[in-house]
Amino acid sequence: MTLLEISGLEVAYQGRHSAPRTVVHGVDMTVGPGEVVAVVGESGSGKSTTAHAVLGLLPGTGRVTGGRVLFEGRDLLTLRERDMREVRGAGIGFVPQDPAVSLNPVRRVGDQVAEALLVHKAADARTARAHAVRLLGEAGLPAPDIRARQYPHELSGGMRQRVLIAIALACRPRLVVADEPTSALDVTVQKGILDHLGTLTREHGIAVLLITHDLGLAADRAQRVVVMSQGRVVESGPADQVLRRPEHPYTQTLVAAAPGLDDGLGPEPPTESGAADRRIVAVQGLGKDYPLPDGSTLRAVDDVGFHIDRGETYALVGESGSGKSTTARLVLGLESATRGRAEVAGADVTRLARSRAGRAELRRLRRRMQVVHQNPYASLDPRLTVAQIVTEPLRAFGIGDRAARRDRAATLMDQVALAPDVLDRRPAELSGGMRQRVAIARALAPGPDLLVCDEPTSALDVSVQAQLLELLTDIQHELGLALLFISHDLAVVRRVAHRVGVMRQGRLVESGTADEVLRSPRHAYTRDLIAAVPGGARTALRPRT
Amino acid sequence: MSETLDPPRTAEAADGDGAHGATPADRSGTERTAAAATTDQPWPARGKDAVVPPRSARLRGRARGFGTFLRHRPGLAVSLVFVAFVLLAAVAPGIVAPGDPLTGEPADKLQGPGAEHLFGTDQLGRDVFTRLVHGTSLSLRATALAVVVALVLGTSLGLAAGFVGGVVDDAVMRLVDVLQAIPRLLLSLAVITALGFGTTKVAFAVGLASAAGFARVMRAEVLRVRSAGYVEAAHACGVRPTGVLLRHILPNSWGPVLVMAALEFGVAILAVSSLSFLGFGATPPTPEWGSLVSEGRNYVATAWWLTAFPGLVIAATVLAANRISRALDTERGDDR
Amino acid sequence: MARYLVRRLLQALFVLWAAFTLSYFVLFALPSDPVGIKLGGIDSTATPEEIAAVRDEYGIGDPVLLQYVKALRNAVTGDFGHSVQTGGEVRGMIADALPETLELTGLALLLTLVFGVGLALAATYARTRRLRQFLLSLPALGISMPVFWVGLLLIQVVSFQWRALPALGNEGFDSLILPAITMALPASAFIAQILAKSMTTALASPYIDTARAKGASRARIHIHHALRNAALPALTVFGVLAGNLLTESVVVETVFSRAGLGRVTAFAVDTQDVPVVQGVVVLSALVFVLVSLLVDLLYPLLDPRIATVPARRV
Repeated sequence: MTLLEISGLEVAYQGRHSAPRTVVHGVDMTVGPGEVVAVVGESGSGKSTTAHAVLGLLPGTGRVTGGRVLFEGRDLLTLRERDMREVRGAGIGFVPQDPAVSLNPVRRVGDQVAEALLVHKAADARTARAHAVRLLGEAGLPAPDIRARQYPHELSGGMRQRVLIAIALACRPRLVVADEPTSALDVTVQKGILDHLGTLTREHGIAVLLITHDLGLAADRAQRVVVMSQGRVVESGPADQVLRRPEHPYTQTLVAAAPGLDDGLGPEPPTESGAADRRIVAVQGLGKDYPLPDGSTLRAVDDVGFHIDRGETYALVGESGSGKSTTARLVLGLESATRGRAEVAGADVTRLARSRAGRAELRRLRRRMQVVHQNPYASLDPRLTVAQIVTEPLRAFGIGDRAARRDRAATLMDQVALAPDVLDRRPAELSGGMRQRVAIARALAPGPDLLVCDEPTSALDVSVQAQLLELLTDIQHELGLALLFISHDLAVVRRVAHRVGVMRQGRLVESGTADEVLRSPRHAYTRDLIAAVPGGARTALRPRT
Repeated sequence: MSETLDPPRTAEAADGDGAHGATPADRSGTERTAAAATTDQPWPARGKDAVVPPRSARLRGRARGFGTFLRHRPGLAVSLVFVAFVLLAAVAPGIVAPGDPLTGEPADKLQGPGAEHLFGTDQLGRDVFTRLVHGTSLSLRATALAVVVALVLGTSLGLAAGFVGGVVDDAVMRLVDVLQAIPRLLLSLAVITALGFGTTKVAFAVGLASAAGFARVMRAEVLRVRSAGYVEAAHACGVRPTGVLLRHILPNSWGPVLVMAALEFGVAILAVSSLSFLGFGATPPTPEWGSLVSEGRNYVATAWWLTAFPGLVIAATVLAANRISRALDTERGDDR
Repeated sequence: MARYLVRRLLQALFVLWAAFTLSYFVLFALPSDPVGIKLGGIDSTATPEEIAAVRDEYGIGDPVLLQYVKALRNAVTGDFGHSVQTGGEVRGMIADALPETLELTGLALLLTLVFGVGLALAATYARTRRLRQFLLSLPALGISMPVFWVGLLLIQVVSFQWRALPALGNEGFDSLILPAITMALPASAFIAQILAKSMTTALASPYIDTARAKGASRARIHIHHALRNAALPALTVFGVLAGNLLTESVVVETVFSRAGLGRVTAFAVDTQDVPVVQGVVVLSALVFVLVSLLVDLLYPLLDPRIATVPARRV
């Protein structure tokens, strides 16, 4: 008998003054007892909505408009709220997406775990506290008796996610729905948590419905995979079958777009140019300190050194807080360094950033170094048209007259593969991928020698990401740009970088060619990082093309 | 530095700037952006994106959109019509109520509302409706003056604090702290004590007392926009600081300030009418909304219409102004 | 914590000093003439000796800065000089009038909390969309009504038509009810608006999903999770609220012809009695500062995020 059987599920969001918009169209899927099923899809695929519908936790105006959700033979959609409450927590546990905001900030974590027990009478007020401590320990939280008395803000993201797992498993449910449980966490933390969740659910025979955008993660963790796109299930089956021999064209695109470590898909080697000024960036002993409120200082960047030549991509990889983005900002002169020097095209940026006269010089230097930011939703002024945005650096440097700038903008649109009529639109009318293309066009406008890309694709879906990375490498090849590429994602770095530097706690722990660093890492941390990348199970499955 | 010195989370929300607070966190964010993301689906790697409808069609669509927008918000539509009517009464009172507001027919004194006298008559036989309509201009002008004083003074202080920063910021914010520690009505009363009586002085006092709120909102907006991604992007692509201020920071930060000005309009009507109710505004027999209520006070037991209608008009105007300000704040672009 | 406390106290003292200084220069530097007022205006028959005596009392011959320092020194001891109009001591006048007004504002504050919190909770707890929207629209109505008009309407209906409660005066608790309700209605609309808004925000937070996924009941979610978080922003406006209520007494006491601080203030403004007005301004700043201080000291108890990072405010 199946544990959970979803059939013909339809969910619609009721706009306040418009017709309802159906976002889940007749979805079928099943989960057997103790089975791990992954639902994979990009944003807008309806995967999270499906998960929330199972728990009866649709946000705001969402309504189930059709279908059945059978759990242990009962249709959850017909249950009264009171009976549904009995199912939540006791029958089905839930691990939410973002641990930073999913715990009540003003209550102790132990009490929040105990609450799950109390509402289902799994413990009485006297024993609940001790029981909660035991559950926290079981979820892998060190010193659980101390942690139980702390508030969420005193715990790290990974620890909070462990608290949420303790809550979800508190009443030993038959099924756990995990909605992107680790997408907000660093890869090494993610691995630890998913390993632990896997062990616990296996031990207790708990089935898992795992919602994820990450094919590699699905392949590693699930026995069966359901692929969703635009509110429909396009393909489902055993994990290795779906990922090795995808039948549906969408799954094929998805599998092809998903970056892996061992694809052998590195970029073309840098173009050799005989020009004398080959070296675009030279960084030496760079350091940046921030004062902390308690009087000590944080060494955000410490003794970092690297160089980038024309036509070459250098990638800085690291987890959050490793100092990789700060390093990029120091190179760009957006912040002034505490120690060391960073030269761009022969000019010492670190020195220029310190004086008023230097900053005027620095502004002129910006014509040769441009940046593409992480979040395409924030980096474009919402009030300007794309044409105004793209020509902004040209205006700033007084390059060309109005007509010449307009021509240049049209050329740039072509270069980043956007239709010319996009020039008249505003950022709000564009998708994330299109916005990031606009940001790239803006950066290319003044004809820079150096392009700094700070996590340029981390806010985008994999298929969009793949296109954008291809665009970047094409443009680099065409224009012979030096590229400084900041990323947390080793698989992305594999696709674009010629040389790689691995950062940890402000220091560069390893640096070398992409092949050296990613295939035969010397530093233990690099090895951990590579081992944590999801998709280890998948690469073996991957179709050789 | 100054941010952290901010005093006991004071009037932030009190001044209605809580109105532009964050919308509920977008939780299962990825799923909600479905509409935007679907356009992202596979396009040829370097191909062209879908064709956009021409601009004129989009403008036509927008105009039609506004009609639908209003049809779905009857409250807003009524508010707009009412405010339009009040403005007409202020600009051309003779058209709305042709009678004489100052002289009455003693024979008709203290008549209840009816066909002949819509809102009844007062103790001198003057038509209450006519007096209300002719008082509109004075009340609205005082309100507008108050809002302009608050807006100009407050935003320039806030802009200086947010953009210059440092010592200027500290000094301005300490001043704002102090102004906000004294209730607005009392602050207005103190200014009136110093300046003397009269509608213009009342308006000025109300504006002065409200300036602190504007300064706070303007500063917060400037700081918010200053840290926005596109401002750093502009710096990074080489735009000069003044260019960044004029092209990016100012245009993106005045929205919430305007919303607050609309909200302030309602607050100022209440404040101005309270002060003229207390007798610090217009001198009789000049009609003015607050003083009309005050005049009717002596007949509260026998002629309810003398106080009820002017008060009702004040309340309705404030309600309409607040409704419009809310529309400016949150519902703009909802249906686009 | 001790450092935070000292900082906070210094800040409070600064606000008080600044309120005094600001009102001093606004009131005394501007063209009002206490001597003229005291001695009966332009057609006064006062002898030069009388004028000199009055000028001396108000220290008018001295340089401005010296006058200010004197006034500040006196103010620290609670001495704001003498009323220009009645000649009485400002401190005494305020002390005499204050109890009536404190009773009124105290009751109004209580009613405000009951109405405001009750309405916000009812509005966010309502199950049907229609009821919820109706309840949520009430605060907007409440804050749009002029206080004096609400008072007059209540007098008309309750006192004259129903003959239930007295319309005027200070006689007993009965006479307190209508003025307190008049004050509380707009104020509770204000509180309800803020609280309903933060309740709505809190209820849409991911941690509410977590609680619902545990199987917690609606009531439990509203009280244990949403209200605890939503109360914090509402608490911060408490200082403003208390100050506003105290000042609203100027209008409400006029409408209900009650004696109290409000009437004293209205009369003082009417007669340009500068020392009295200044005394009231500083008093209300004091109330604001004290209430805010209390709220700030209470805050860490309710929000653990503040308690552990006092450095945040340094």
